[in-house]
Amino acid sequence: MSAPIIWIFIPVILGIILWFLPDSRIVVLLGIGIPLVLSLIAWFLPLDSPFVVGNLSFKISSNLTILGRHLILSSNDQPLLIFIYSSLCLWYLCSVVAGSPYKLISYGLLITSLLISAIAVEPFLYAALIIETAILISIPLLNPRKKTPGRGLIRYLVFQTIAMPFILFSGWLLAGVSSSPGELSLSGQAAIFLGLGFIFLLAIFPFNTWIPLLSEETNPSQMSLILWIFPTIGLLFGLYFLDTYSWIRDSNYLLIVLRLSGIITMVSGGVWAAFQKNLKRLIAYAIIMEMGSSLLAISIKGSIGIDLFFGLLLPRTITIFFWAMALTIILGTNSNGQFASIKGFGRKYPFASIVLVLSHFSFVGLPLLAGFPIHMALWVQLGKLSIYYAFWYLIANIGLLTGGIRVLAVLVTSSEKEGFLSLENWSQRIFLSIGILILILLGILPQWITPLLSRLPSMFNHLAK
Amino acid sequence: MVDSLIGTFYLTDLPDCPLIHMINILNWFFLLLTMTASIGLMLSRGWKWILGFLAIQYLGVFWFVQTVWPFSLAIVKLISGIIACLALASSQEGTTSFSKLETSWPQGILFRLFSASIVLLTTLGVAPQVSNWLGINNLHGIWVSLLLMGFGFLQLGITAQPMRVIIALLTLLSGFEIIYSYIETSTLVAALLVVINVGLSLVGLYLLKATDQERP
Repeated sequence: MSAPIIWIFIPVILGIILWFLPDSRIVVLLGIGIPLVLSLIAWFLPLDSPFVVGNLSFKISSNLTILGRHLILSSNDQPLLIFIYSSLCLWYLCSVVAGSPYKLISYGLLITSLLISAIAVEPFLYAALIIETAILISIPLLNPRKKTPGRGLIRYLVFQTIAMPFILFSGWLLAGVSSSPGELSLSGQAAIFLGLGFIFLLAIFPFNTWIPLLSEETNPSQMSLILWIFPTIGLLFGLYFLDTYSWIRDSNYLLIVLRLSGIITMVSGGVWAAFQKNLKRLIAYAIIMEMGSSLLAISIKGSIGIDLFFGLLLPRTITIFFWAMALTIILGTNSNGQFASIKGFGRKYPFASIVLVLSHFSFVGLPLLAGFPIHMALWVQLGKLSIYYAFWYLIANIGLLTGGIRVLAVLVTSSEKEGFLSLENWSQRIFLSIGILILILLGILPQWITPLLSRLPSMFNHLAK
Repeated sequence: MVDSLIGTFYLTDLPDCPLIHMINILNWFFLLLTMTASIGLMLSRGWKWILGFLAIQYLGVFWFVQTVWPFSLAIVKLISGIIACLALASSQEGTTSFSKLETSWPQGILFRLFSASIVLLTTLGVAPQVSNWLGINNLHGIWVSLLLMGFGFLQLGITAQPMRVIIALLTLLSGFEIIYSYIETSTLVAALLVVINVGLSLVGLYLLKATDQERP
């Protein structure tokens, strides 16, 4: 048995089987159980060293060879596997509680395992092809009711597909740079192609217009998975490039480009969020800003930057999923998310409204919420680099905060004199209450997630040092 | 200028070998065939014509890929292309036109011809430099590759209709596959590119079915 079989092939097969199962309860149970079991296995089972169960001795190898290429999931990748599969489990729970269609579960499993194979494949350039395959699979997830595809979906498909040729081609150029490191023009060309590929893949400004459009067209639950997993894997893929090629890693230009693109992405997201009148689009702008934060974190030299990057992952994941769940509950199946149509919904959906507002403020980095410790740390580091970056970071966050205050005002304002009336069902109330608790606890006690976060950078050989 | 550019494609110093002359003529033939198919793809409205042109375009891709890849591997490009065309065709039962008229972009044939000619001339001008830069000694292949990528981008720029977008993406990838075949001969890459081509056409099929279901 090898690790890629356990964490890639078995989930793919199970994802396909789940798609054909007619019983929704079994699908939901398996959908939640499979990623949970996979993350527990990643937590407890050692790789490449024998272990004994009863009288039997087992050894899980980290390597699998297919058509001359390798899929490698070593013990350094185990924290990432724990993080991804437990996050997937949380997404399922949030989706099920919010009442999303159960058929989506199989897509989630397929996309996640494919993207893990993108992280595992050697040479890692093949990841671009695997990510593109995952993007194609995500289309039915984003348009499950066979509606006429909107502009957001089409742009998503186009921009993500365009990324692939650029990255593949840059890989070939990078191989050339490795063989003749003195050729500066080749390095520049490779960097340009690589940059173009990642601008499209990571939806960096100005190629992020599809995110708000898609967010408006799609159910928040489905959208949250896509806007969580693709940027996360895309960023990790980008970090592999930095880890592998020292001339990119040590380039001062790269840090400036990352910082500028990060701050522009953040400010553009923040400004649009401040004037937004649609709840669905607001979460999109918040995610765009998170992408900018990640770029800023990577742009900070040394292990601090990488620690900040991984530190952002967990609070972001939890916040996105709870935010999307609250949004799905509040909007139901009919509302388009316009502020005018949700006036006073805070009185009808108090639990969901609280989660919605807290998630929003957590992304802003308000004190005592999940995003606060890490956003504060990032802001401090930016301030050390340059007061201008710190200033623009503040401006961007003020934009998002303004959007959050407007949401709060819309949710609690009601023209009718009606009291509070919770339309959420019991499971939703319980789960939303857990969400509120987690969002606050992660802000007060961030050290609880430190054991996992501190192990995540070990997947990179050079960046973590 | 155009004469001198075309002159770079016409290899006058070929050794006196009939086979090489034959290959040169065939390269020219497939270059013109692919170019005609790509322009036809942009101008046509009937789905049978469009898919016919797409299939011819894949024939061109196959020809230029087989100049560097083994025949058995290169034929996969043609087969996957034909599968993609068939998948798209299966969504078109009972319809004559592939897409509605665009409302927000210039639609005239003259506009399309004009923009196509700009792409044509630009790629013709750039091809020798790209060939030099990449160290690939097949100008016809490079030109066709750039041409297809250019037409792909052009179509992506002037349409928002799902089916047209899918065809534009397939065209763009076809161009990329030609140029990439010169630098990468891995079987796994070929397999994954086939998956992506067929996958894109299936996505097109899915999106087009969705559009049809919503029509009154």
